[in-house]
Amino acid sequence: MTAALEKNVPKISLKGLHKEFGPKVVLDSVDLDVMPGESMVIIGGSGSGKSVTLKCILGLLHPERGSIKVDGEETTGLNRSDRKRIQRKFGMLFQGAALFDSLPVWENVTFGLLAEQKITRRDAVEVAIENLRSVGLSPDVAHLSPAELSGGMQKRVGLARAIANKPEIIFFDEPTTGLDPIMADVINELITERVKEMGATALTITHDMSSVRKIADKVAMIYKGNIIWSGPRNDIDQSGNAYVEQFIHGRAEGPIQMEVLKA
Amino acid sequence: MNFLAVIGRVTFRFLQASGRLGIFTASALSHMFTPPFYFRSLGRQMMVIGYYSLPVVGLTALFTGAALALNIFEGGSRFNASSALPSIVVIGIVRELGPVLCGLIVAGRVSASMAAELGTMRVTEQIDAMATLSTDPFKYLIAPRIIATTLMMPFMLVIVADVIGVMGGYLIATGKLGFNSANYMKLTMDFLEMPDIYASLTKAAVFGFFISLMGCYHGYHSRGGAQGVGISTTNAVVSACMLILLSNYIVTEIFFAS
Repeated sequence: MTAALEKNVPKISLKGLHKEFGPKVVLDSVDLDVMPGESMVIIGGSGSGKSVTLKCILGLLHPERGSIKVDGEETTGLNRSDRKRIQRKFGMLFQGAALFDSLPVWENVTFGLLAEQKITRRDAVEVAIENLRSVGLSPDVAHLSPAELSGGMQKRVGLARAIANKPEIIFFDEPTTGLDPIMADVINELITERVKEMGATALTITHDMSSVRKIADKVAMIYKGNIIWSGPRNDIDQSGNAYVEQFIHGRAEGPIQMEVLKA
Repeated sequence: MNFLAVIGRVTFRFLQASGRLGIFTASALSHMFTPPFYFRSLGRQMMVIGYYSLPVVGLTALFTGAALALNIFEGGSRFNASSALPSIVVIGIVRELGPVLCGLIVAGRVSASMAAELGTMRVTEQIDAMATLSTDPFKYLIAPRIIATTLMMPFMLVIVADVIGVMGGYLIATGKLGFNSANYMKLTMDFLEMPDIYASLTKAAVFGFFISLMGCYHGYHSRGGAQGVGISTTNAVVSACMLILLSNYIVTEIFFAS
């Protein structure tokens, strides 16, 4: 009964989320539900509010209005210890991987576990190697510095770090940006496999349509700080929404007007 | 009307920056005294800030002490007071030049490095990443840096600067100006009093706190890319130097104004 009830409670629920920076309204009123075990992808152009939405959920930015619920629990205005408790449910792969360049790869991967004192430093290398293997990297990478890795390897180390804590919810911020198409596909495959294997809920933001088609169970499109369409991945080509149509086909003409000054 | 708007805007920005710095300082202080403590990170910062600053601090103190001795000898000889050289060197170095020059040198080296490192971490989202890994950046990055600088300045760098500065004066006085070695040492020890040492160490701790606070504050609030980090680094060094000079006067006033 409880399990059935929990199934119906969204893992993440946003209601009327509003965020502004000075006079600029970035999120107007975002409503979004992500169900447990679901892989939701938010698409939208640059500056549409995708990253800000993610950072509000993570608690890195504080919205002016609106509600953010994780497992039914309101997370806006939490105190430090409650925020930390919620934070433990999250894993995040950043756009540029955001690896700590002063630490070797193994310490990057196990940073969260060491911080929580879930493992000793002696065991950390083994745990890191195990996680690196799960993203297709060899054990010798563990002792390298992040600066010695290629972009694709950095993304994979970032993924290994994001899943090392076995989070319930994983966020992916533009996971394939800056990668060649083959490496982008490798990262998409890894994301799909690891998320399914862990039974985690995933929330990805991207404007790479091949990522959307590979990763998403559901897709939501954000435009000018509002979710203007959401639905199952397979419905995206028949969305009937002119904004979505223009975006997925990458057309310059349509309702979305880019501010480009012509000479 | 425009002029009033400019004044209003500048005042508003100043108050905003002061408030933000006040909140940052209060937050940094609270994290310094509440667990968890990252001793490994603290040890690394102590090494980087204290040990690695020793050569530049030592050389600065040596040449300053030597130059001070030459100046006092030459100036003092004009009214037959060159015998006061040991006492003036030791008072000048310990009370003033040791801590202030050491503070300015460390501000240039450490404050800039902190602002650049934290600024780069900010713009490459490493600080955000840390927060998502159940680690408070204030505890892991800010608190160890402030504790390390506030401890290393008095208990390593300024002690070394004071000793080497006095030694610089001694070497010139005995090697070039014809002072007797034992006599020089006796005069030095006779004139040095405990309040001089307390003032020196107090200044060092205060300077250390401001150096690290400015480095961390400007780095933590960096924006944009390389240019933003560059601006933060410059602001960190300039504000740290200004605070050192201001607080130097205040501490001197507290200790020696009578």
